Amino acid sequence: MKIGVLALQGAFIEHERILNKIGVDSFEIRNIKDWSREKDGLIIPGGESTTQFKLLNELELLEPIKNDIESGLPVFGTCAGLILLAKTVENEDFDRISTMDINVCRNAYGRQLGSFYTEDMFAGNKIPMTFIRAPYIKGVGKDVEVLSNVDNHIVAARERNQLVTSFHPELNESTFVHEYFINMVTNKK
Amino acid sequence: MNEKRQELNRNLAQMLKGGVIMDVTTPEQAKIAEAAGACAVMALERIPADIRAAGGVSRMSDPKMVKGIQEAVSIPVMAKCRIGHVAEAQILQAIEIDYIDESEVLSPADNVYHIDKTKFDVPFVCGAKNLGEALRRISEGATMIRTKGEPGTGDVVQAVTHMRQIQKEMRNLTATSEDELFEAAKQLQVPYELVKFVHDNGKLPVVNFAAGGVATPADAALMMQLGAEGVFVGSGIFKSGNPAKRAAAIVKAVTNYNDPKMLAELSCDLGEAMVGINEQEIKLLMAERGK
Repeated sequence: MKIGVLALQGAFIEHERILNKIGVDSFEIRNIKDWSREKDGLIIPGGESTTQFKLLNELELLEPIKNDIESGLPVFGTCAGLILLAKTVENEDFDRISTMDINVCRNAYGRQLGSFYTEDMFAGNKIPMTFIRAPYIKGVGKDVEVLSNVDNHIVAARERNQLVTSFHPELNESTFVHEYFINMVTNKK
Repeated sequence: MNEKRQELNRNLAQMLKGGVIMDVTTPEQAKIAEAAGACAVMALERIPADIRAAGGVSRMSDPKMVKGIQEAVSIPVMAKCRIGHVAEAQILQAIEIDYIDESEVLSPADNVYHIDKTKFDVPFVCGAKNLGEALRRISEGATMIRTKGEPGTGDVVQAVTHMRQIQKEMRNLTATSEDELFEAAKQLQVPYELVKFVHDNGKLPVVNFAAGGVATPADAALMMQLGAEGVFVGSGIFKSGNPAKRAAAIVKAVTNYNDPKMLAELSCDLGEAMVGINEQEIKLLMAERGK
């Protein structure tokens, strides 16, 4: 199994570290040539969603990625990745990758002073959660399964081949969320 | 600042990695920077090149001006306070700045002491030109480091010197035997625990960006190849002929810093670069402030 990690900007090395820890091979995607390599899943890391979106467009990665996700490629987006995958974003009227039926509020907890750490339930397991200038999910479509609620806000969800978290499992030592994603990839095969 | 807050502040810097942080002086420039793909902006009244030209004392920017920029963009907004100026830092924290740069670009407010950054909840980035400076700033609570370079010159030579120096000293530490680390800590004038961390991990415990003199996509790529985890561009963008295009090109160059073909494309038709000042021509060495 091989997972591609979008490496345009942000905390992609942290995802590679966790994948390595659970014995999964990964490679970095910085351009269209990297994208053409064989892969079983994609991770879109945290970082700045505006920066990543701009680079996806300019490096002509947006359409190919969107098409492959729509054809069933398993994808896992954290924070900025969640924003890029959301069909709608509050107060912003343009498309990103926009393949997942969720409505998202950006910078929902305010500026850096609003960033926080907690431990809460994800798919029935208590895990560490780090929120950095994080978004949360305001609304979900009918095919979306909510995996985690923190303070009455949805912070993790899944729709078929797509998994998103507004927190950063790649920053903590727990590998639970990544293993959950790898299970999605395995079961798809 | 409790340990969790320190960790969260280090984490924000991790999210900025692989990105470009741009100096902006107006909400309009901030929007241009955001649209060009900046991962954060540094709000300041005058960019370093103009501070250099104007001379005199330079201070923290008007908070109203910083707020205007916070309202204009959704990406993180940073601002500078003078070295050792606790009150300026408190003011910036009060307006909920995302990152404070305790910066040698401004006139130092204290010739001996840096700010005790552990007393703050907002994160700090500080400049360093060698490993000792970097680790001293980290022990004071900085959660991100950048090279000092020589701001406002458009001359990358000092940023290169500082990045190479830090990397070389870290490589040396990884090769130092454990029983010699105590002496290394004494030589570096830093806590033993930080020396041990670098020895064990071969890197700083916080993110390390390049800054000070980056003016072209090639400069940015050079700094990334030398081990920077991202780049600050100050005067280089809005002192150039076509800021939007140059800004976007530098952003792409940081992502694809190992792809010379793409760098060649990015370097075409950027218009006039900022007028550079050579190292030998400058009277004021900002990098010598705060050690």
